[in-house]
Amino acid sequence: MLKKEELRDLSLKANAVRRHIIEMVYNAGSGHPGGSLSATDILVALYFHIMKYDAKNPKWEDRDRFVLSKGHAAPALYAVLAEKGVFPVEELLTLRKIGSRLQGHPDMRKLPGIEASTGSLGQGLSIANGMALAARLDRKLYNVYAMLGDGEIEEGQIWEAAMFASHNKLDNLIVFLDRNKLQIDGETETVMSIEPIADKWKAFGWEVREINGHNFNEITEAVEWAKTVKGKPVMIIAHTVKGKGVSFMEGAVHFHGKPPNDEEYEIAIKELDEERKEIMGNLGGGE
Amino acid sequence: MWEMASQRIAFGKTLVEIGKENKDLVVLGADLSSSTKTSFFEKEFPERFFNCGIAEANMMGVAAGLAASGKTVVASTFAVFATGRCYDQVRQSIAYPALNVKIVASHAGITVGGDGASHQTAEDIALMKVIPNMKVVVPVDAIETKKAVRAIIEEEGPYYMRMGRSDVPTITDEGDNFKIGKASMMREGSDVTIIATGIMVSQALKAAEMLRLEGIEAMVVNMSTIKPLDSTTTLMAAKKTGAVVTAEEHSVIFGLGNSVAITLGEKYPVPLKRVGIPDTFGESGEWNELMIKYGLTPDDIVSAVEDVIKQK
Ligand SMILES: Cc1ncc(C[n+]2csc(CCOP(=O)(O)OP(=O)(O)O)c2C)c(N)n1
Ligand SMILES: [Mg+2]
Repeated sequence: MLKKEELRDLSLKANAVRRHIIEMVYNAGSGHPGGSLSATDILVALYFHIMKYDAKNPKWEDRDRFVLSKGHAAPALYAVLAEKGVFPVEELLTLRKIGSRLQGHPDMRKLPGIEASTGSLGQGLSIANGMALAARLDRKLYNVYAMLGDGEIEEGQIWEAAMFASHNKLDNLIVFLDRNKLQIDGETETVMSIEPIADKWKAFGWEVREINGHNFNEITEAVEWAKTVKGKPVMIIAHTVKGKGVSFMEGAVHFHGKPPNDEEYEIAIKELDEERKEIMGNLGGGE
Repeated sequence: MWEMASQRIAFGKTLVEIGKENKDLVVLGADLSSSTKTSFFEKEFPERFFNCGIAEANMMGVAAGLAASGKTVVASTFAVFATGRCYDQVRQSIAYPALNVKIVASHAGITVGGDGASHQTAEDIALMKVIPNMKVVVPVDAIETKKAVRAIIEEEGPYYMRMGRSDVPTITDEGDNFKIGKASMMREGSDVTIIATGIMVSQALKAAEMLRLEGIEAMVVNMSTIKPLDSTTTLMAAKKTGAVVTAEEHSVIFGLGNSVAITLGEKYPVPLKRVGIPDTFGESGEWNELMIKYGLTPDDIVSAVEDVIKQK
């Protein structure tokens, strides 16, 4: 169990990240709010509680790695890295602008803290496999984390990578599936059904656990458990809500790749500000 | 000046029209049917539309199987995925047996904009034109898109058709003839020829107006089929004007410029310059800013023309 203050700090970070996401895509006039918001709590838990990471030295050899395979959720990753201090928060508003280091999809050669250039779906798990293998070759103890989209795993390469990871017993690999149930053309189960998804990963030789991807206790406990698993890669199926945190974006398929308009922007910011006050009120008063 | 219109919408609507006449037409999408506008066809003919999900390689294989069983298939996604992601499936399963599959891709080139290099492509024409049996069509505007979709569906065999994401200027008329493998003359001229494709045709027309003020009369050719290239028109233009500039929203390495260079180099060498995306990946930005940064403006065409005219 997280301590009360830890929980409050993570909740506040997640709230700040969500606010950045809304500001960034609104300011850019394009981008992907839905899948960024569903991924936020997991990314915040990873970078602010779980991972061995030094923001002052993002190339530190022993750091844990994180691969955002669903690269279109870049705004969430950028906001987390900026909040972490890897680059200035002010730079967030350059998202998608010409000359910016904050590309529409992550570019590892432009921005510090980005471990893999992603955006073409289905490729990140293979890259994470390579990193996990390198750790073994170099006798390093770092873990490799990755996040996949639930639409993304329709790509065949994901299952090639799934086979590879278990065949090579990559137990330093811990993967989250952002199970927000939506892709671009609709619900995953309408477009291309992926269920029974836990059974599929199990059949491919992975240890699997299902959690609520918006509950920090569940996220951190699942990772603690994952670190004890030996000889197998771990898949954490995180049940999430696409657009989480902004009422009219929650479960709304059309906010996959569309920024809020002026009016929606105001409402979203207001909601997040209220959420912030609530977190402070509920948890800020000490014992 | 010109009206702007969406090629994607023109494509989507035309597919529905053709679907009414041709009961053997089957359309495939890959979780981007709302972007490529195959969603119109899905709505009208749900039994003849299949969403393959985010699995482009499988989509191309399914297309091959349907075509091998007598269907005419349109498979659609973004250009970068249609050509790069499933290159081998397109090559082995579709082009090698010359099956009746039409790959219609949107979001080609750099005008994709904000998504950046991962979603842009300057290589799609190159990848497709080098495959035997594959033909490559690049309609210039929404009107030509309608005609091109009809034409590639009427013809047998594999086709790659390329469209942009952004609206493009309408520079042709409903009454204009469109024929696969045949270039069209957009403007007569005697001093130089600009052979352009896609969005660069309107840029070439703007350049030609700028050149006129300098006393240079530029012929402008719309090369809407990259393969097979209209070598008759290419050679005629070279002979008449003695200098050629090509213009394309694609890598200069193996696109239209390369096809024209080979044709002229072998049969009638004249001074030549290629305007296009340099050998580099793109980036995020507004599409018009990217056109400037990557050298795809009328000004870029004008300086290329001035260069080749000096060499005459
Ligand atoms: C290979 C590939 N095909 C298609 C796309 C276009 N695309 C971007 S996001 C997306 C949907 C992703 O859905 P999901 O993985 O569920 O992401 P999330 O719901 O978390 O946003 C698609 C099809 C892409 N980026 N890469
Ligand atoms: Mg999803």
